[in-house]
Amino acid sequence: MRKLLLPLMAIATLLVTACSSIEPWVKPYEREHLADPIMAIDPDPVSSSYMDHVFEVREGAAGATGGAGGGCGCS
Amino acid sequence: MKITLKRGLAALLLVLGAGAAQAGVLAEDRADIMYHRYQGGGITVQGPSVLVRKKFGESFAATANYYVDNISSASIDVVVSGASRYSERREQKSLSLEYLRGKTTYSASYITSQENDYKADTYSLSVSQDMFGDLTTVSFGYSQGKDHIGSSVDPTFADTIDRRDYRVGLTQVLTRNLLASLNFETITEQGYLQNPYRFIRFVNGPGSYARGQEVAPHTRTSNAGSIRLKYYLPWRAALDGQYRFYTDTWGINAHTAGLEYTQPMWNRFVFTGSYRYYTQTGTNFFMDLYPRPNYQNFMTRDKENSALSTQTVGLGVAYDFPLGFASSFVKRGTANLQYHRLFVDYSDFRDLRNFPPGTAEPGTEPLYTLSANVIQFFVSFWY
Repeated sequence: MRKLLLPLMAIATLLVTACSSIEPWVKPYEREHLADPIMAIDPDPVSSSYMDHVFEVREGAAGATGGAGGGCGCS
Repeated sequence: MKITLKRGLAALLLVLGAGAAQAGVLAEDRADIMYHRYQGGGITVQGPSVLVRKKFGESFAATANYYVDNISSASIDVVVSGASRYSERREQKSLSLEYLRGKTTYSASYITSQENDYKADTYSLSVSQDMFGDLTTVSFGYSQGKDHIGSSVDPTFADTIDRRDYRVGLTQVLTRNLLASLNFETITEQGYLQNPYRFIRFVNGPGSYARGQEVAPHTRTSNAGSIRLKYYLPWRAALDGQYRFYTDTWGINAHTAGLEYTQPMWNRFVFTGSYRYYTQTGTNFFMDLYPRPNYQNFMTRDKENSALSTQTVGLGVAYDFPLGFASSFVKRGTANLQYHRLFVDYSDFRDLRNFPPGTAEPGTEPLYTLSANVIQFFVSFWY
């Protein structure tokens, strides 16, 4: 157990220090393009959830589309 | 002064387009009113969808959606079973509440769907956290649902499905022009997982077949993982690429790949073009034609369980209309038209509509194909 403890503590310390020292490499004032509405991940939720439903009813696969999930049990 | 103005404008754009990077602000108030129509394979499904989203202060938001499918169906399954065209209506209502605290957004939602022979209720909880200077958003979600299944031909039939859904997501700003999104989802289902209206067929003599009940396992677990990249092109356009892998305990392995191009033009228009390809293997107990009745423990001829591939081509246009007198209470309004053409090729599901038992050697009928038109027209307002 002690043999495991030391490497685990070392990894945890590394992770904590790595996380705290990460500097945002894209500064807030460099995000003009990302903030453009055409770059929105889901610009029209009413439309994307409808298309997800169209595909889910006709295909075997579902999930990991970034939506709320849960299934409507409507196929 | 010039730099300050540029930074100020960039910061403003960032806040306005917060949905893109999912920073620690709640998305804007909006309302969408949509008419949708699917037509293909003997089925027409059409109806409205209305979504309203409203913030209460800077920390709370509520989203409500009302959605209707009006279905008129003479699908291949209906025709082959000998039934006549039927009509039904499905209504879906959902309410979602969000609470933002610092860089963390907590949300809870409820979805209910109701039709004459099916009712489904789903409760969801999720948490999302912005970190590393808002370059990264991590989210976790859990849903639990219960479906109550009936049958319009057998009033004594009643069964249920219990569903649990676990989601993890990561949105990452990679460069000043590139966003990545990773999602993973596990769904477990337990209960009556077959369709009370679908049948298998089996050989019951030389050159003939008969129909029987399908039997599906009572549990199913699926895992799906996806990656999505969205890139801003130098001439103000966006390219979106997606890939998803899906696998489940019934033996379906599926790949989905999609590409979408978005091009703003003439100040007020945004055009989109998309292509999506989907392919799946069939469940390992699916057969179009079983050699005899009770051939194996589990049997299905549900076409969604067959090996199949889907191709979808989409075109869309959005028009940012002038608000006129409404500009005092509406920030922005768009009218949107989207058209998708869908093609489904079934690799192991035969078209029996013109081949009743005794009219052709079973297993030699042509494979079924489906094409459909999907139209969405919606108006969106941000206020």
